[in-house]
Amino acid sequence: MSPSLLRILALIRKEFLAVLKDPRSRFIIFLPPILQCMIFGYAASFDLNSVPYAVLNQDHSAASTDFLSRLDGSGVFRRRADLDRTKDVSAWIDSSRALVVIRIDQDFGRRLVAGETAQVEVIADGRNSNTAGTALGYLGAVVDNFNADWRSRHRQPAPPIRIVTRSWYNPNLDSRWSMIPSLIGTLTMMGTLMLTALSVAREREQGTFDQLLVTPFTPVEIMVGKAVPNMVIGLTQSTTILLVAQFWFHIPFVGSFVVLYAGLGLFLMAAVGLGLFVSSIAMTMQQAMLYAFLLVMPFALLSGLTTPITSMPEFLQSAMAINPLRYALDLTKRVYLEDAGFAQLLSDFLPLTIIGVVTLAGAAWLFSRRLA
Amino acid sequence: MRPGAAKWRRIRALTLKETRQILRDPSSIAIGVIFPLMMILLFGYGLSLDVSRVSVAVVDEDASSDSASLIGAFQLSPYFGVTAVHSMAEAKTLVMNRKADGALLIPSDFSRRWHAGGAEVQILVNGTDANQARIMQAYAQGPVAQWSATRAGASFSAGPVIVVDRLWFNESNDSHYFLVPGLIVLVMTIIGAFLTAMVVAREWERGTLEALFVTPMRAGEFLASKFLPYFGLGMIGFLLCLLAGQFLFHVPLRGSVALLCLASMIYLLVALGIGLLVSTLVKSQFLASQLAMLLTFLPAMMLSGFLYDLRSMPAFIRGITYALPARYAVALMQTLYLAGDVGSVVWPNLGVLAAMAAALMIVTRLVTRKRIS
Repeated sequence: MSPSLLRILALIRKEFLAVLKDPRSRFIIFLPPILQCMIFGYAASFDLNSVPYAVLNQDHSAASTDFLSRLDGSGVFRRRADLDRTKDVSAWIDSSRALVVIRIDQDFGRRLVAGETAQVEVIADGRNSNTAGTALGYLGAVVDNFNADWRSRHRQPAPPIRIVTRSWYNPNLDSRWSMIPSLIGTLTMMGTLMLTALSVAREREQGTFDQLLVTPFTPVEIMVGKAVPNMVIGLTQSTTILLVAQFWFHIPFVGSFVVLYAGLGLFLMAAVGLGLFVSSIAMTMQQAMLYAFLLVMPFALLSGLTTPITSMPEFLQSAMAINPLRYALDLTKRVYLEDAGFAQLLSDFLPLTIIGVVTLAGAAWLFSRRLA
Repeated sequence: MRPGAAKWRRIRALTLKETRQILRDPSSIAIGVIFPLMMILLFGYGLSLDVSRVSVAVVDEDASSDSASLIGAFQLSPYFGVTAVHSMAEAKTLVMNRKADGALLIPSDFSRRWHAGGAEVQILVNGTDANQARIMQAYAQGPVAQWSATRAGASFSAGPVIVVDRLWFNESNDSHYFLVPGLIVLVMTIIGAFLTAMVVAREWERGTLEALFVTPMRAGEFLASKFLPYFGLGMIGFLLCLLAGQFLFHVPLRGSVALLCLASMIYLLVALGIGLLVSTLVKSQFLASQLAMLLTFLPAMMLSGFLYDLRSMPAFIRGITYALPARYAVALMQTLYLAGDVGSVVWPNLGVLAAMAAALMIVTRLVTRKRIS
């Protein structure tokens, strides 16, 4: 074995020992991905479990009672109050006790029986307009159901055209199925980039980096010694999240592990490269931490994790061509849910390879320049 | 010299030292000024839930003049781009290769059933992005409804029940309205907890805290000197967000500015308290930074009602949110900004935050006193 390889192996061993020997830091490497995966998995959803509502029913006909009982039976709408006066409406909305207030006019039942169109007035709390929109969507579904039943019971013609919706790869359109596979890349990037950046900064702050420099190690050897253990830790974190996704959240993995890990390997090259890049700029741990954070934030927010890339302004879309996470997200989701292969994922593999090689080589160059 | 005067001198000297340390470290300035600006721009311009043009693969098994005119309605819609394909297998291949976002299937009996009074079309979406898929389903209603309305004419009307909705507090449905108040909370969390989490731990790691032990400094004085500079930095971040909300995104501020400032200050105290407590407890910068991320940033982002509504979480997660200060802060900010000074929302939330701030101060002071004596 060449002496260079031996030296690198020794460094890798040292790096692993440094990270894994302290039980607290062992804990902090594996706990956050699991915890974050749970939090994101359960919290990051635009579906609503319950919509508290109040009703101002001025009609009291059989039709309006039927309508409201359907709402209560939907499992989502929870009636918090029956209001008597219009001026009570604002109190319920303002205090957030009701997300929507439904007002039924006194001629609701009469108009329905006469075959006319009847109105339901809905006031929604727009403090979170996204939530309000979702609640109104649910209400629309209840109304559609009511309408269909009313028509068939009163022999009115059914709507002439019906849209049947189906969904590929995620039959129930569960937002968790989209979110959790995306976390494999996102959480791994956060963890690995910060760990890499901090591991060099810590040695620098504690003075052990200077000791490394007086050994026969070349800068490239030192860098490889830092990069490999962090990539291995990153892959372990990815695997942890993959296991949580499959065995805790029961999201079926339909793809190929070879394709997935090939993509993750390239992605981790980029993540570790960026971490080393940060560490060559940062002089202290605080700087490493904060710069890493400033780099990760835009990459994570603009990766397509929370909002689609195609909805972003043009210049941001082009800027995101260099974001390794957006390719990793696309790749993991498509392998996980759609069983996409290398041929379909060329548009992810190609940029990931380029970004991985360029960042790692760039970091090596910066690293050795800072050391020289 | 009177002991009181000496105390103030010590606090002043230490605060000055801390402030200089902030000013001389480019990363502190980056997090105090560049971070809020970056978040404002990212949230203001980068995040949008609107779906731009959707491309749909159309399989026309009917091949009648009716189906052709329905496809025409999709082509005319500004939301859809249409690609004609011959089979569903072909459509699925397009979707898998991201050449199409979904498919429209017009079955072979479409025209016959339309004239009989009950036609059906199928919309197939790619569920890999569930949110976008749902939006596409909703968009597809448009051209179909329009087509059937022009075809069926007056013989069919919507209803019998129709919904007339009104969005209070955000009439134009502008997502900046709820992002800006949440952003204030996020920015204060980062500045307050993230930076300070490393501050005391750094002094432990470098041994400079031991140098302070031999001085007459007391625990409270030490903490005050750590609080004040970062409090100032946090308020700069708050001010930047406030200005951006007013002049960049034109989010209405319906409550009183005084209450908004008060709420921000109290929340900042809570964030600072968490940061300092973590820092004092773990004594390691690496651990402190990771813990601060887990305990403050992540909850502020995910579990506060800022992006994802608390009502969409399962009961046990919602239970956890009651222990998290960000939840109360987001409710306060959103209400003060959009609804106004609603007493029944403002006072309970403010009260909880104030109690949290006081408790954190007391605990941090006790822990610090124990550690340094």
